[in-house]
Amino acid sequence: MQELHERLLACLPRLRRYARALTGDSASADDLVQDTVERGWSRIGQWRPDGDMRAWLFGIMHNLHIDQLRRAPPPCVELEDGDLPAAASTGSLDMRDLERALQQLPSAQREVLLLVALEEMRYEDVAAMLDIPIGTVMSRLSRARENLRRLMTGQAPAATLKVVK
Amino acid sequence: MNEAELQAWVDGRLPPDRQAAVERYLADHPAEAARLQAYCEQNATLHALFDDLLDAEVPRKLVPPRPDASKPAWPRMAAMLVVAVGAGLIGGTAGWTLRGAGTESGGGLAASGASQALAALPRQAAIAHAVYTPEVKHPVEVGADQQQHLVAWLSKRLGKQLRPPQLARQGFELVGGRLLPGDNGPVAQFMYADTGGQRLTLYVSSGQKQNRDTGFRFAQEGNVGVFYWIDGSFGYALSAAVGKKELSQIANAVYEQLQP
Repeated sequence: MQELHERLLACLPRLRRYARALTGDSASADDLVQDTVERGWSRIGQWRPDGDMRAWLFGIMHNLHIDQLRRAPPPCVELEDGDLPAAASTGSLDMRDLERALQQLPSAQREVLLLVALEEMRYEDVAAMLDIPIGTVMSRLSRARENLRRLMTGQAPAATLKVVK
Repeated sequence: MNEAELQAWVDGRLPPDRQAAVERYLADHPAEAARLQAYCEQNATLHALFDDLLDAEVPRKLVPPRPDASKPAWPRMAAMLVVAVGAGLIGGTAGWTLRGAGTESGGGLAASGASQALAALPRQAAIAHAVYTPEVKHPVEVGADQQQHLVAWLSKRLGKQLRPPQLARQGFELVGGRLLPGDNGPVAQFMYADTGGQRLTLYVSSGQKQNRDTGFRFAQEGNVGVFYWIDGSFGYALSAAVGKKELSQIANAVYEQLQP
């Protein structure tokens, strides 16, 4: 048990980073991490020792996050011009603008982008973790990146994109 | 050039030959090159935004309680108890030495967690009960005939005003008391006897660190039954070789009288 505890603790910083990027604020992120850790720790017997504990915990976090979104859908408003970040005139990315734009992505796109770009997980591992085909991972990734790029340069994002406040 | 390969190029996931092919393609398609360059910058910016959390201190509330490494495995505890009982601990003076040996082999027992200290309480009380109740000439250090002195003395040593409960209605009279060493400080033991010679001990242990109160708990140690509970920094254990039901009635009476 001691070793499992150590391994779980070692996953905490990455869980926090991912949760912070996914939810957009520190308090919600730590609540999500806390729920994930509690559920994971209570089910630690289900974790296979030959498995990747981080991926297992990320899977738990994904499910909890989906549950939260279902329970309390965030208020959505249609994107308006005034909500768009200013065009990056110098071409250099402004970090805060990207953070804001990230939260404007649909959650499914944001999730895939973060798992690939921030967590640097392999596409097939993302597909397995989210239980979706790898083709879906690639198309969500592609759309997430393009939507971010458009938001960052002040262009209208692709259709169906909503602003999540 | 398919989109999936372009995405994989951004993430550095292409085999070398495909990577070279994508780069040749981008050299001829500046708009595509700019698009993919923007994606690469997104990757870098995401790390710049959030990587500080990798080095940040994790809030305590996120850390699940650490399993107690010093906790002996349950079968081992059970084995210790069997050995103790088998060696005639209950009812024999050899038990005192055995207890010492048991504590030592328990390794981190003294430095163990609160739950373990709680589990140790009935065992220690039962051992003290077993050691002193068979004594005919010296069952107590100070007899009930000097009750005022007894109470003042034990109260002073435990740092708490003690009041040995009156158990006449349950058929027991105070015989006296003694001071004992405990894991966390001095322990007072009050002994009672009924007219048939049945003896009952109330073990009052100071220095409990659980910092929380518990309800009644029951433990059977050999033929000695123990009701025990924690009240603030004091642990109480009532031991006798009587049935659980009878002992619980006495324990209730004790508990009631101990309430301020």
